[in-house]
Amino acid sequence: MARMRLAGANIRTELSEALRDAGLTALIAFGVFLPLVGFQTITDIRDVLILTSRWPLLFALVGSIAAARFIYVLALAPRLERGALRLPQRASATAANILRNWFIPFAVAFVVVYPLLVVIAVGFGGAVRWIDNFGIQILIYVMLGWGLNIVVGLAGLLDLGYVAFYAVGAYSYALLAKTFGLSFWILLPLAGTLASFWGILLGFPVLRLRGDYLAIVTLAFGEIIRLILINWVPVTNGYAGIGSIPRPTFFGIPFNADDNGFAAVFGLEFSPLYRVMFLYYVILALALVTCFFNVRLRRLPIGRAWEALREDEIACRSLGINTTNTKLTAFAMGAMFAGFAGSFFAARQGFISPESFTFLESATILSIVVLGGMGSQIGVAIAAVVMIGGTEIMRQLGFLKQIFGPTFDPTQYRMLIFGLAMVAIMRWRPRGLIATRAPSVFFKKRRDISVDLVAEGRG
Amino acid sequence: MDYFAQQLINGITLGSIYGLIAIGYTMVFGIIGMVNFAHGDVFMVSAFIALIALLILTSWLGIVSVALALFIVLVVAMLFTSLINWVIERVAYRPLRGSFRLAPLISAIGMSITLSNFVQVTQGPRNKSIPPLVQGEFILSNSNDFPVTLSYKQLIIWGITAILLLAFWYLVARTRLGRAQRACEQDQKMAALVGVDVDRTIAATFVIAAALAAVAGTMYLMYYGVVTFSDGFVPGVKAFTAAVLGGIGSLPGAVVGGLLIGLIETLWSAYFSIDYKDVAAFSVLAITLIFLPQGLLGRPDVEKV
Repeated sequence: MARMRLAGANIRTELSEALRDAGLTALIAFGVFLPLVGFQTITDIRDVLILTSRWPLLFALVGSIAAARFIYVLALAPRLERGALRLPQRASATAANILRNWFIPFAVAFVVVYPLLVVIAVGFGGAVRWIDNFGIQILIYVMLGWGLNIVVGLAGLLDLGYVAFYAVGAYSYALLAKTFGLSFWILLPLAGTLASFWGILLGFPVLRLRGDYLAIVTLAFGEIIRLILINWVPVTNGYAGIGSIPRPTFFGIPFNADDNGFAAVFGLEFSPLYRVMFLYYVILALALVTCFFNVRLRRLPIGRAWEALREDEIACRSLGINTTNTKLTAFAMGAMFAGFAGSFFAARQGFISPESFTFLESATILSIVVLGGMGSQIGVAIAAVVMIGGTEIMRQLGFLKQIFGPTFDPTQYRMLIFGLAMVAIMRWRPRGLIATRAPSVFFKKRRDISVDLVAEGRG
Repeated sequence: MDYFAQQLINGITLGSIYGLIAIGYTMVFGIIGMVNFAHGDVFMVSAFIALIALLILTSWLGIVSVALALFIVLVVAMLFTSLINWVIERVAYRPLRGSFRLAPLISAIGMSITLSNFVQVTQGPRNKSIPPLVQGEFILSNSNDFPVTLSYKQLIIWGITAILLLAFWYLVARTRLGRAQRACEQDQKMAALVGVDVDRTIAATFVIAAALAAVAGTMYLMYYGVVTFSDGFVPGVKAFTAAVLGGIGSLPGAVVGGLLIGLIETLWSAYFSIDYKDVAAFSVLAITLIFLPQGLLGRPDVEKV
């Protein structure tokens, strides 16, 4: 709460004020958390719901909130008002250059040699887990984030049903590969095409809607596709999902222990590591292609139209841009990359079911884009690494179980943290943590100009 | 015919619950033009609060009168849910006024994820079921071996919904607060200039929306007897559909839309396919937004520069 402070204000009034503020906060927090934290409903052995109280937890929570508020009011707020602690709003030009010139090549080099480093570090046996859980898993989300970035970050269309296109890609690959026995490399572009076709199909009727309506309708479409996947049992096998999906081959050489397998052909000892490494490089290549497209598209007229559309739709229309077609291309392009990622996902897992394509997944991808900074390539990549990698690390942290008891599952808190982070980002840094929303094409000088920046007082 | 009459009764009951949630969407949209994505989860939280209050009353305090217990549960759920929604507005939405257009929506999505996962973490992921509170039914007709029944709990839902809608209509149409709300809806800056406390009015709107959602949550718990942390999402989207169908921003529209969605869902399940009932509701949403974006009773939305 902003308060005007006279110079030399009495420290005692400040203290009592902070105490009163913290007390009030404690009271409110107590009310908010009393029902859900203070009590727990448990189903007992006879399958009857019983209630237990958790007073220590409740008071610890309320106490820490009040303490945080007290410290904030007393120590942080005055300094924030004076601007002493203000976060740098814009990375300086040199910092941006250093980032562009050094960090990105370094990062790319690192991800290219990552599997080799892992093999050197933990040996053949342990490397599979590290490459699969961290490398491939993160790269899938990096790719999805970059794909969604075209729709959300560049064109400014909030798509809450992005996972539907991911599902279309995955099911296209699974069904076509199992029915017709086509190879991964033929089906990859096909799955992308089908997904972008669905993007056009779904986008065509809805893209005339205003931003928040569009978001809800894409959400509805995403759910409809998931429900169809669940209920259209003859084709999709419903909840049970599709199993034993053919794995990708190395130019026709399968990764198995047979005589014509990869290991045998190249005279190596068989190890599942080769397939994992191959998959790693496939998804890395796909992700880099997505990034390359993303960067190049911005410089094409269509990319400029997207960015213009994001900033001001009415101005765009009055300048003669066909807004429906422009949005449609963004939608289809985003859907295409989701389709690629989906078919890779199906090929990597060997098993897919509607469980993998829930709204939660859309929300995860969206939060990666939002937290990374809508429109920023590197920001989205870093957000994906932090969030997905963070989840995987939380899964590995055994010692937390020893502190909080055996039932403690740190991954449960993952979405809670994502949700809170989304709110916090919107509140304090609405353009993302590592945001660059500067126009890609500029006249004379790159300057941040946009409606929301004007509102932030930087126009 | 009897079958149809029975579905009609079930549909109106479901529609009452949707209507109560839909009012929350439509009021918030009317006053700050924001789709409150977290509203469905507020509804779910209220059902959990009602569940906990009920357990405290029955198993700890040993209250046996169902009517009294239900009344106290309703009041407690309304109070706590209102407080929670007030805090949410304060923390997650108020600082974003004047930010870019999609910011409140993204924040609301974050809040929605937070709420459902908060409940999952604190109360566990399993279904919470309670023994039926209110049993018994009226048999309206019993021809052709198909009894058409109206259960007491359906009657309670109809009654409470009707009473609350009347009270709510009075609040919006006749009181000072209602006048302030309508003023803010038309022009916030002008309302502020003539002495309306805009911040307080918006906060009051969120409180009222939460209170009505809490009524819906309590009814939901009483009607189905089971609730889980993910129960906010689908009813939330359906209630939003109801609000859109009735014309977002229009209060009678929300009620009409709620009843329509309830009927569509029940009749669809009864005559076509129960597996695709959610598809039906979501399709109604998409079709309405595409072909009739102003809804049945709403004003056309003119985009201004």
